[in-house]
Amino acid sequence: MFEVVLRRLVQAVSVVLVLSLVSFIGVYKIGDPVQLLAHEGATEQEIEDARARLGLDRPVHQQYLTFVGRMAVGDFGTSFVSSRPVVDVIVERLPATIELTLAAFLISVLMGLPLGIVAGLYPEGPLARTIMAGSILGFSLPAFWFGMMMIMFFSVDLGWLPSIGRGETTRFLGADWAVFSLDGWSHLIMPALMLSLTTVSLVIRLVASGMREAMMTDYVKFARLKGLSERRVVLLHALKNVMIPVVTVLGLEIGSLLAGSIVTETVFAYPGIGKLLIDSINRLDRPVIVTYLILIVLFFVVINLIVDLIYTALDPRVRGTLR
Amino acid sequence: MSVVEYEIDRPLVRFWLELSRSRLAVVGLVSTTALVLVAILAPIIAPQNPYDLTQIDFLDGELPPLSISPSGQTYWLGTDAQGRDMLSAIIFGLRASFTVAFSAGALALVAGTTLGLIAAYARGRIDTIVMRLAEIQMSFPAILLALMLLAVFGRGIDKTIIALALVQWAFYARTVRGAAIAEREKEYVLACRLLKLPRWRILVSHLLPNVLPPLLVIASVQLASAITLEATLSFLGLGLPLTEPSLGLLIANGFDYILSGQGWISFYPGVALLIVIVSINLLADRLREMSNPRLKR
Repeated sequence: MFEVVLRRLVQAVSVVLVLSLVSFIGVYKIGDPVQLLAHEGATEQEIEDARARLGLDRPVHQQYLTFVGRMAVGDFGTSFVSSRPVVDVIVERLPATIELTLAAFLISVLMGLPLGIVAGLYPEGPLARTIMAGSILGFSLPAFWFGMMMIMFFSVDLGWLPSIGRGETTRFLGADWAVFSLDGWSHLIMPALMLSLTTVSLVIRLVASGMREAMMTDYVKFARLKGLSERRVVLLHALKNVMIPVVTVLGLEIGSLLAGSIVTETVFAYPGIGKLLIDSINRLDRPVIVTYLILIVLFFVVINLIVDLIYTALDPRVRGTLR
Repeated sequence: MSVVEYEIDRPLVRFWLELSRSRLAVVGLVSTTALVLVAILAPIIAPQNPYDLTQIDFLDGELPPLSISPSGQTYWLGTDAQGRDMLSAIIFGLRASFTVAFSAGALALVAGTTLGLIAAYARGRIDTIVMRLAEIQMSFPAILLALMLLAVFGRGIDKTIIALALVQWAFYARTVRGAAIAEREKEYVLACRLLKLPRWRILVSHLLPNVLPPLLVIASVQLASAITLEATLSFLGLGLPLTEPSLGLLIANGFDYILSGQGWISFYPGVALLIVIVSINLLADRLREMSNPRLKR
């Protein structure tokens, strides 16, 4: 087990290094941030000075090496736009994204599981057909359009929910959280629904097909023959086996939710790290883009590793096959 | 009876008979075909060319659906801020969306299949490298990878196609490799080897046809996902350029007008996008069912 973790970590570090190099060079090539940052009347000399101050006048490999060296000690540089440490800028936006992602995750589990079980138990019934049709629709709906239509309906037509921002926040544990106020929740509900759309559909389909297959297996027939109540057969024997792939997928979905939050935050002008990324891309704020990409790659590698380990713990057959 | 049996021997007929057992799949097939035709024939079908400035009248801007212009033209789905007929814009947008998705899909299919076949046949180090790359690619959500790539490349049709192909090739490569490894142990491959056929010929003319069915399933799913991805990227301002708007870009352009009550500008392009994706998914769903032996009782 230790060896597996170690090998994965080495792999993770190499992936991060390669991606940091690729994104650094790529971001280096797309444009000159000084041209965007300089005020309109800036003289040639002022632009040169700014370039020297930001270290942009040096060759790209030197810039990259400096960057990696500083990254190794936890210094991700300074944002070109706000002139503050990148880490501060990101950390400040993090609570918003955490709230959004967690809310969407909870919706996915709390809606997806029960609906999936029902659809899997009675696949020919009208209820199951409705649920499955709904999940196809959920898969097919472009999430960003779904979010915009929610804004059109709930914010513009009905005037029930606010369409942008995060609302009132409360200071707790050194960060600003929106979940302690009703106003915060009213800002969170639509983005969370939009973000969970695909995941809910995915969980429904996964649980439903798993249930359908599990109910045909011998161990379920045997459990029934033993005279166990149908409830026990379904919720204990069948569900336990259905849950193995579901837990894996749910774990990996946390990553997808984080990626999806980039789109969600853009639609709702929600001040999380996803919106920060898009804003930074538009303003060529290189340090923020590169740091975001590196952190998210790290996060993914860690999530994948954890999911693999949980999967091994849940399914004894997988033990020993992890590479 | 004998006629039916005779026909069932033909793979296309058998395929159709099995597919048409699901009425929804038939709906999906018919409507996907119709949409592709509309996209191909866009310049003929569309009431106006939305990007020909001589055909649009600025004074007709922001008209709601079913408005009739002073010149007698009916705007079935309204107009946008520049006075462009939304129906025409959607038909042309459909063309842009399909162009990008089909090109990216074809590129990913060819690249993925080639790499998968090579990996299966070469084994050893090449196999490890290709599969490790595929694994790394698949451990990131497509939208995130595509977004990173476009943030680095910059926007444009060619760049979007390449980015989409780069996030989709691994699905083909993995499936082809798996199927090819299973196939290469079979007797007909052994027979080919005994005949001393060259390797590439065994791969291309004997292994490849046998790994095609699972590829069809992936291609259908990936097509729908490419269309959504492209729309989302364009919405974020990273996909197609403004000069050639796809459905996603049309929706994005209408975003600003939602709050002022002109919702149709992004509503109808979204409906069109939804119809496209649902049609393809209905078809893909049936294809997947047909290829899953566990659901056949």
